[in-house]
Amino acid sequence: MKIVVCIKQVPDSAAKVVVEDGQVTWGDAPLVMNPWDEYAVEAALQQSEAHGGDVIVVSMGGEGVQEALKNALAMGCNEAILINDPALAQADSQATARVLAAAIQKIGHVDVAFFGRQAIDDDMGVTAAQTARVLGWPSLSLVSVIEAIDPDGGKIRVTRTIEEGRQVMESRLPALLSVSKDIGEPRYPSFMGIRKASRANIPQWTLEDLGIQAPQSVVRWPEIMNPPAKEVTTEIIEGETPEEKAEKLAGKILAEKVL
Amino acid sequence: MSENKILVFIDQFKGQALPASWEALGAGLHLAEKLDTGVAVLVAGPQAQSLAEQAYQYGAQQAFYADDETLSDYRPEPYAALIAKVAGEQDPDVLLLPTTMRGRELAAMAAIDLEGGVLADVTELEVQDGKVIATRPIYAGKLLSKAVCEAKPQIITTRGRAFSKPEQDPARAGTPTQVEAVMAADEIPSRVVEYSESEGGVSLTDAGVVVSGGRGVAMNPNLTPPSDLDEKEAEIWKAQQGFELVGELADVLGGAVGASRAAVDAGYIPYRHQVGQTGKVVTPDLYIAIGISGAIQHLAGMRNSKMIVAINKDPDAPIFKLARFGVVGDLYSVLPPLIEAFRERLGK
Repeated sequence: MKIVVCIKQVPDSAAKVVVEDGQVTWGDAPLVMNPWDEYAVEAALQQSEAHGGDVIVVSMGGEGVQEALKNALAMGCNEAILINDPALAQADSQATARVLAAAIQKIGHVDVAFFGRQAIDDDMGVTAAQTARVLGWPSLSLVSVIEAIDPDGGKIRVTRTIEEGRQVMESRLPALLSVSKDIGEPRYPSFMGIRKASRANIPQWTLEDLGIQAPQSVVRWPEIMNPPAKEVTTEIIEGETPEEKAEKLAGKILAEKVL
Repeated sequence: MSENKILVFIDQFKGQALPASWEALGAGLHLAEKLDTGVAVLVAGPQAQSLAEQAYQYGAQQAFYADDETLSDYRPEPYAALIAKVAGEQDPDVLLLPTTMRGRELAAMAAIDLEGGVLADVTELEVQDGKVIATRPIYAGKLLSKAVCEAKPQIITTRGRAFSKPEQDPARAGTPTQVEAVMAADEIPSRVVEYSESEGGVSLTDAGVVVSGGRGVAMNPNLTPPSDLDEKEAEIWKAQQGFELVGELADVLGGAVGASRAAVDAGYIPYRHQVGQTGKVVTPDLYIAIGISGAIQHLAGMRNSKMIVAINKDPDAPIFKLARFGVVGDLYSVLPPLIEAFRERLGK
């Protein structure tokens, strides 16, 4: 079985992200693999362990993104590919999806591609479904369990999360899955994995390698700003006993008429 | 081609529109006024016709519906194909969907089919020189961005509770137009084998009140777990007693139960309750944080709640900085009388 997992590099979730002089900055916080994508890598590795086959991790971005790819290699992915082309610097989700779809096609004979549910920087959450659409593959989003996968028979059965509960779906392969956290806690890179990853030479593909023109980006971000500061005066409820505090608190909340 | 330049997709499940769907229609009506046009809706699936009729009551000028058998179980491909067909024929400037699981993926796919662009999970919309400018929280709300889509249609999903639901007026009526499904049954690549609906409860993102628990809920010194449990099991057992209190308070207030990532990772409560940067972003009128210290990732998921209340035994917990009211104390002694006080005052 051939598995692709697509990841993005983002500022660490603990970073204090602010706008300074019109620029988004996150101080000295590290750039890491998007936390949601760690679950996608975990899902991919679980499937390759259960059914054999290679996991190829793909990302789009500049040289620095090699670090996130190396982390995926250290977790156990077999190969990494970086799509690095200056023409993609301002790519929106539509353009990104077209590029990732082209990469998946170039890799060839892929049975299943995994994505995280969204990136914690732009929070758009559409790239997985868009990539599936460009490829013409079935899109299975927010998958919590892979019940069965049969690459020879070209079939997959998954449980996915919907607002109302869960839905078990059967689909043909190749398919593109976005996974939720229920898929299982991502593994830590092993010592051996880290050593191997540190020596890895990651191939870089340009748009020319993919055989496509730069797809058009149509989304613009004219302004990014800090949210308005919240003026909160905190009132600590005092009282002799917990009962007295509780009584006062209930009264104060109801008096503010937020219910 | 339609003179109603705004098309709104109404997301529904088993004949019930999701609350966020009517809010998206509300956002559409607001834009229509500024753009001097009208709003059409599209509903698909079971009882689509009756929902389309309801849409007139909520102020839509035109309604399309499709309730073909191939649309009775939701699958993205036949739904996306239907949206692309109707939008292709009606040629709207703006296509709106609610930010639900289905709305988000359908918006994504429609943007590919229609060569438009998508702005997901928008909280504000304005019009400047005939162009829609959206406000979107990014980095889980640590920052705000203005975003525009330069292709047509501009595809936008609206965040739940960010826009008001329009008034329903039973006197308004119209006759919806039926449209045919695009994909035949054997062209659809997936099928639904079964559903399991989650046990009741209010959805976190729609809730007006959210009561959340953190690691602190496992720290009741006065509880003795059954002796046959190991250390980890005993901790989870304690946490579950704590979350019962959290759930009881949520019930009395008609709210939903949330949790911090620490509580979810420790196995106290399922992931679907997680509030924060890698969970759900919520904006209720009232958010009560219980035994949650307030890591930056958690604050990102709830800081835009209208009123925040914190109960924590550590007076230096960062959560207090965002709280309108705080109680420094042991949650096990504060929660039972608090539940009682609300029960009395709310007459429950």
